[in-house]
Amino acid sequence: MNRRNLLLLAPLAVAGAAGVGFYAALERMRRGTFDPHSLPSPLIGKPMPSFVLPGQAPAQFGFSSDEVWAAGSPVLINFFASWCVPCALEHDELMQLATSGVALWGIAYKDKPEAAAGFLQEHGNPFARLAADRTGRTAIDFGVYGVPESYLIDRTGIVRWRWAGPITPAITADTLRPLLQQFA
Amino acid sequence: MSRLLLVLLLLAAGPALAISDPREALPDPAQEQRAEALGSQLRCLVCQNESIEDSGADLARDLRGIVRQRIAAGDSDAQVIAWMTSRYGEFVRLRPHFDASTALLWASPVLALLLAGALVLRRRGAAPPPPLSAHEQQELDRLMREDV
Repeated sequence: MNRRNLLLLAPLAVAGAAGVGFYAALERMRRGTFDPHSLPSPLIGKPMPSFVLPGQAPAQFGFSSDEVWAAGSPVLINFFASWCVPCALEHDELMQLATSGVALWGIAYKDKPEAAAGFLQEHGNPFARLAADRTGRTAIDFGVYGVPESYLIDRTGIVRWRWAGPITPAITADTLRPLLQQFA
Repeated sequence: MSRLLLVLLLLAAGPALAISDPREALPDPAQEQRAEALGSQLRCLVCQNESIEDSGADLARDLRGIVRQRIAAGDSDAQVIAWMTSRYGEFVRLRPHFDASTALLWASPVLALLLAGALVLRRRGAAPPPPLSAHEQQELDRLMREDV
């Protein structure tokens, strides 16, 4: 085959490669392990922002970054709100995580205390600790740009992972479980 | 007459203010101007293609408030931008910083121009096609005659 024929095949090869790439991306989007709008977090590998937050019913006391640090195990911090539809979507998975022993701490983001309490009463409360971020300032310090968002904090207080959007069983299996094992 | 009226009305309309709620604005007009200039360089993370000054999203309003708080507290423009990028990353800047990771982005127009220039020069420098052979010339003459 001469050079001219090879060059004629080049567009087909490029289209083929693009097709494979698009298929892989769509497949990962379907599984929920890839979100084209998600952003890298500059906090990864850095200490979590420090905060002290008040309690959120049904928990009487809130929690602080120092308490996350002192938990002795990796903590998954989940920002949620009763007004957030994808939060309800991920709730079953959060319940599963809590049952399997993951330290899941919840922060109600810009929510009315009674609305957040009602949400947890209706869907169940997966959170070992619970706090309220009424103004959303702590969330901004974490770089939250939409609820739900989850942050994995290791036992030394370093942010290891951020997931923007609902946690699905596929994300738990593919990403969260290996990370929990790595930082246990 | 109606055309003149239209021109006058258009002139009188003035620019649309970025923030719709005047209660958000800083009392000092110079500081407010700085806040608006800064905010228009910061991306609203919710909509991703609007600045926080243009966006109606709740988070954008919170971030506009923080930009104004920091300016009122005496932060420089660079300090405000650093505050934002330490939380939301380089993506928050609508005008990305020039560094190793964005060098290709900034250089891409120049690279495209150089590539196009190289292609043009190569085409120009190519040898002209060889003259027609006797047979080709005959064929061409025949076709031209047929056409007439």
